[in-house]
Amino acid sequence: MDLQIALLLGQDGVTNGAIYALLALALVLVFAVTRVIFIPQGEFVAFGALTLASLQAGRLPGTVWLLLAMGTLIALIEGAAALRKRHFRRIPLILLLNCGAPLLLAGALVAVSSASLPLLVQVFLALLLVVPLGPMIYRLAYQPVAEASVLVLLIVSVAVHVTLIGIGLLFFGAEGSRTPSFTEVSFEVGDVLLQGQTLLVLVASVLLIIALYFFFERTIYGKALRATAMNRTGARLMGISGSLAGMLSFTLAASIGAFSGILISPITTIYYDSGFLIGLKGFVGAIIGGLASYPVAAAGAILVGLLESYSSFWASAFKEVIVFTLIIPVLLWRSLTTRHVEEE
Amino acid sequence: MSTLPEQPERTVVLEVRGLSVNYGKVEALHGLALKVHRGEIVTVIGPNGAGKTTLLSALIGLLPVRGEIVYLGERQGAGRSVEQLVRQGMTLVPEKRELFAEMSVEDNLLLGAFDRYRAGHRDHLETMDQVFDTFPRLMERRNQMAATLSGGERQMLAMGRALMAKPRLLLLDEPSLGLAPLVIKEIFRTVAQLKRLGVAILLVEQNARAALQVADYGYVLETGELSLEGPSSELSMDRRVIESYLGLGGRL
Repeated sequence: MDLQIALLLGQDGVTNGAIYALLALALVLVFAVTRVIFIPQGEFVAFGALTLASLQAGRLPGTVWLLLAMGTLIALIEGAAALRKRHFRRIPLILLLNCGAPLLLAGALVAVSSASLPLLVQVFLALLLVVPLGPMIYRLAYQPVAEASVLVLLIVSVAVHVTLIGIGLLFFGAEGSRTPSFTEVSFEVGDVLLQGQTLLVLVASVLLIIALYFFFERTIYGKALRATAMNRTGARLMGISGSLAGMLSFTLAASIGAFSGILISPITTIYYDSGFLIGLKGFVGAIIGGLASYPVAAAGAILVGLLESYSSFWASAFKEVIVFTLIIPVLLWRSLTTRHVEEE
Repeated sequence: MSTLPEQPERTVVLEVRGLSVNYGKVEALHGLALKVHRGEIVTVIGPNGAGKTTLLSALIGLLPVRGEIVYLGERQGAGRSVEQLVRQGMTLVPEKRELFAEMSVEDNLLLGAFDRYRAGHRDHLETMDQVFDTFPRLMERRNQMAATLSGGERQMLAMGRALMAKPRLLLLDEPSLGLAPLVIKEIFRTVAQLKRLGVAILLVEQNARAALQVADYGYVLETGELSLEGPSSELSMDRRVIESYLGLGGRL
């Protein structure tokens, strides 16, 4: 291996690592706030990428139907609850939010041909279609069992994951998609060619991480999420309900997932089930951070990206094996060095 | 300390009738009835395990109850939730304080106003100044992590955080627990101060002497039932209370 290849692999590793880092942060966030190990995190990556690809091909993305179906289901559940409690004034809002907004979006997509829209509008539309799925999934799958044990929540996660994979196959088909590059610019630094798209992924990831930092440190909603993660009872007593915190963290996780998918879809071909493996690598990063520390999780995810990229050069057949085997020494190290804290 | 007992305009903030709470098959509270008026401190004293914390957890909606709870003139239905009661101005300062340990004092206080912020009120900075007036010590510690505070400061922070919600009914669970006598004195002085702000306070205490000194009215809770009640000046003279809860010092 000469320096040029090493740099090239490093560039690759850091780019993928940045995406894994975003996903790792989302996983830590969701676990800290709701105790859910969010296996379907990767599906948002695939859904984001494939929804954007559908829009660019001028097709109506299948995620619209999912949005409409889940919105209707939630409107039924919430509407029934409001009727039972005689909160009649809440019903119009429930309908508007869960049925009206998705219908409006679907109508807009049917009316205009999405292929001719500028790229940024397409990206925005893709996010609008995929991000609401996060809180909706929380409302339907997790909120009813929010007080259950971590294991039960994990089983729910597996079920949601398998369901979403199936739905993805139905909506997007078995063939993969790749979206055109956001930018064709490339730079030559020494002997190495830096792709503009790679830089874009890095810069966007860093910006998103900074934005998340500000959200958690400076806004009252961000602080409320951190408070919920620290002390659930204390947060409830301040009026920060578990479902509010859950919805909020799932919205963030879905945004991060969809955004990551949109970022990487010009670099790799995404299939309906590609998200799982990408999400799992983020998960390895999150585990390195003990599902608790954001900076360690992000650093761990970068390490995963680098490890993957270099092992693909030396032992490409084993690259996934090497990455996932990393989890064993990490778990050993963590269980030996950290003291065990009983769950309340 | 002595408000007129039957003033007609005294509005009832909380009225409880026939309140029972079960943990599985075990009945922890049985047929409780009590009343708290606006601007009044009501204390519930009793030994360990009498059900004092259970009573407050039930009132704030953390535990399911049987019986009738009327809060601010409204009967609480079965669907009541902590969040709803917080929105209506009921706030609990729990026995374990439940602070956000790895956040600064200031952020802890800020989150006390979370529900008001969410409801559209933007007066949390003024409220925080008032809390700092009440607890100058918190002002000095405003940038410190909550976990680094002393026991007394933690209790102050827990109370300050509750006050950020501008409560109409403040439920205090054992504010003296684990604190030094001098600190207890300071905490109770503040409790007496809060009364002047028009907050109704339901104070649950093992430290009967301190509680009866500051309260207007008192109840004695024993093994899940209220055994005695009366204006606190009378209660502190009651022979049974003196023997069981106050000891010799109560006669002074």
